[in-house]
Amino acid sequence: MTTLDAPRTVTPQGYLLRQSRWRPIEVAFWLATLLPFWLFPTYLSLASQIAITGLFALSLDLILGYAGIVSLGHAAFFGIGAYTAGIFSKFVWGEPFSGLVVAAAVAGVVGYASSFIISRFRHLTLIMITLGLGLLLKEAANSAHWLTGGSDGLQGIDIWPVLGVFNFDLYGRTAYGYALGVLFVVFLFARRLINSPFGLALRGIRENFVRMPAIGADSHAHIRKVYTIAAIIAGIAGGLLAQTTQTVALEVLSFERSADVVVMLVLGGAGRLYGGLIGAMVYMIARDQFSGIAPQYWYFWIGALLVIVVMLLPNGILGGLSALLKRWRRR
Amino acid sequence: MRRLFYASVATCALALTPVTSQAADPIKIGVVLPYSGQFADGAKQVDEGIKLYMKQHGDTVAGRKIEIIRKDVGGIAPPVAKRLAQELVVRDKVDLLAGWLLTPNAIAGCDVSKEAKKVSVIMNAATSIIVDKSPYCIRSAFTLPMVTTTLGHWAAKNGVKKAYTMVSDYAPGHDAEKGFIEGFKAGGGEIVGSVHMAVANPDFSAYVQRAKDLNPEAIFVFIPGGAQPAAFGKALAERGIDTKKVKVMGTQELTDDSALTNMGDTALGIITGSPYDHNLKSKINQDFVAAYRKEFGANPNFFSAGGYDGMTLIYAGLKLTKGDTDGDKLIAAMKTAKWTSPRGPMMIDPKTRDAVETIYIQRVEKVGGKLVNVEIGKVENVRDPVHEAMMKTKK
Repeated sequence: MTTLDAPRTVTPQGYLLRQSRWRPIEVAFWLATLLPFWLFPTYLSLASQIAITGLFALSLDLILGYAGIVSLGHAAFFGIGAYTAGIFSKFVWGEPFSGLVVAAAVAGVVGYASSFIISRFRHLTLIMITLGLGLLLKEAANSAHWLTGGSDGLQGIDIWPVLGVFNFDLYGRTAYGYALGVLFVVFLFARRLINSPFGLALRGIRENFVRMPAIGADSHAHIRKVYTIAAIIAGIAGGLLAQTTQTVALEVLSFERSADVVVMLVLGGAGRLYGGLIGAMVYMIARDQFSGIAPQYWYFWIGALLVIVVMLLPNGILGGLSALLKRWRRR
Repeated sequence: MRRLFYASVATCALALTPVTSQAADPIKIGVVLPYSGQFADGAKQVDEGIKLYMKQHGDTVAGRKIEIIRKDVGGIAPPVAKRLAQELVVRDKVDLLAGWLLTPNAIAGCDVSKEAKKVSVIMNAATSIIVDKSPYCIRSAFTLPMVTTTLGHWAAKNGVKKAYTMVSDYAPGHDAEKGFIEGFKAGGGEIVGSVHMAVANPDFSAYVQRAKDLNPEAIFVFIPGGAQPAAFGKALAERGIDTKKVKVMGTQELTDDSALTNMGDTALGIITGSPYDHNLKSKINQDFVAAYRKEFGANPNFFSAGGYDGMTLIYAGLKLTKGDTDGDKLIAAMKTAKWTSPRGPMMIDPKTRDAVETIYIQRVEKVGGKLVNVEIGKVENVRDPVHEAMMKTKK
């Protein structure tokens, strides 16, 4: 899971091969995601939203953590996915998987179109552009009242049972199972992508944007590709949220959602496949628990948590853990 | 590796430890409000209304203790609202849902109320359609068209023939505009022009100038509370609109206490329609205001009244069912509720589950050196016009 610190004697192929091998802890992690079904049956709707947010964070990780594209408008694609899935269920039909495919496709098309702008800029300019695009889209959705329901939220979403059998229930069993299944499949894809030469090239672009074309990897083309892929995944995450909660409002496009996901990723550890998942888990569980204790003042505790993590673990929770592990092994 | 795994599992387990309580006796009410974020002020006031009612009337109804579980939804976030409502039902085993400041959240809550067959009391959210989403949703507050249609009709019946409307370009603004125009036209008035303004608009001079050029007898305005009323007041003064000649009209948010403080004398003469104001003269309201001031050090407003009346409605319903919280029985009991509130006489329309109440027309005047909303008229037994229209088309 570490980045470019492989010993010099290892060939790139060997490095990638070693990275793509499944570690026991990874298997344990995915098995542990099934535990809530038995251990915390009343927390499944929270768990489903964690899985969805984790997927969203994973998509941001591809561009921010691996390719070094800082985006403050990533909610745009999440929102497009959510609205597409919602509107699709309203006007076409409510079968969830096809809705998800359409949501992914629409988000992907918009992502591909905007990637031509994105790949031309770096750093601060990029932050401003992504921020601006996100805000533009939100206002557009607000004024397209006839389609999106504006600030009242989209009405009339009707999602059929998953596979024709599993109804979305009050406990959130279906919601969690469905979200987790989709998350796992997309994660497998992202894992494969990152442990490929393409993924390695992305990390190269992050470290030195100008140098990569010189060794045969066109930075612009790579960024366009990964940005489109990230948009597709964010669209899937948005579509999942719309389907599992059967609500969509302007909030899915909001700046807060873009900012929150950056925070989660930084919290968990950017540039690590599990960073977004762990970050989303810690952030949302902390938020749930703190706001249960103090509905008015819970932001204070979230803030305190962030300050502590950033000060003590500059590379996020996973970065900190792996540093600890390394020190412990060296002993 | 293994240590890492154990550690992470332990952390997850610790963080997820459920806080469950199994006592079946008390009646649990799950209150969902945006306690944090930009709508926190309104949430606080609804909550204070709830607290004051329980302080005055005790926390026991029909022999069962009332327990409130508060959840923060943090803003306009229907997915969160829905999840919180689900969790309140399945984990905290609440008997009723309540609160709901914002329309999208309230609608998400009604979905859960319908599925779980639990009564949900809307204490503020003011879009008509909310209560149609679930047969267990009931509103103790008011709807926006109740205020604006009434105001429009009143204006037309009180000598205003030509009006201009200016509203913020978002759903509540559109609803307010539609309501006012309907009421105004039904009363025989004529709309000379309308404009939609950007939602976060810092300067109204251009809009006000345009209104002035058309020379209407009244201007209806609907803008979000907060910083905007002051900016609007400034534009009125700058563009030389004399509120004695041109009637400036709006809803209660335009001239609530904090808006009046910000607007200063530019607010003088503004006419608003409102379901509640703390200056109402009735004895029950004077007592309510005194108790509220003593408890929280501030004047109550329509948010507080919504929370207070929401609890009145819940207590009334529970008394009738003798503490039975079964959704069908409780909603049937609540539909018959009739009470005298600080707002005036209130009842629930059994067909729509919307409140029927008095809408006050008031004008900002200076009384004893302070700007206050003075009642200049009232319309009794106002029902939600949107639902009224629906009933008519059904027949």
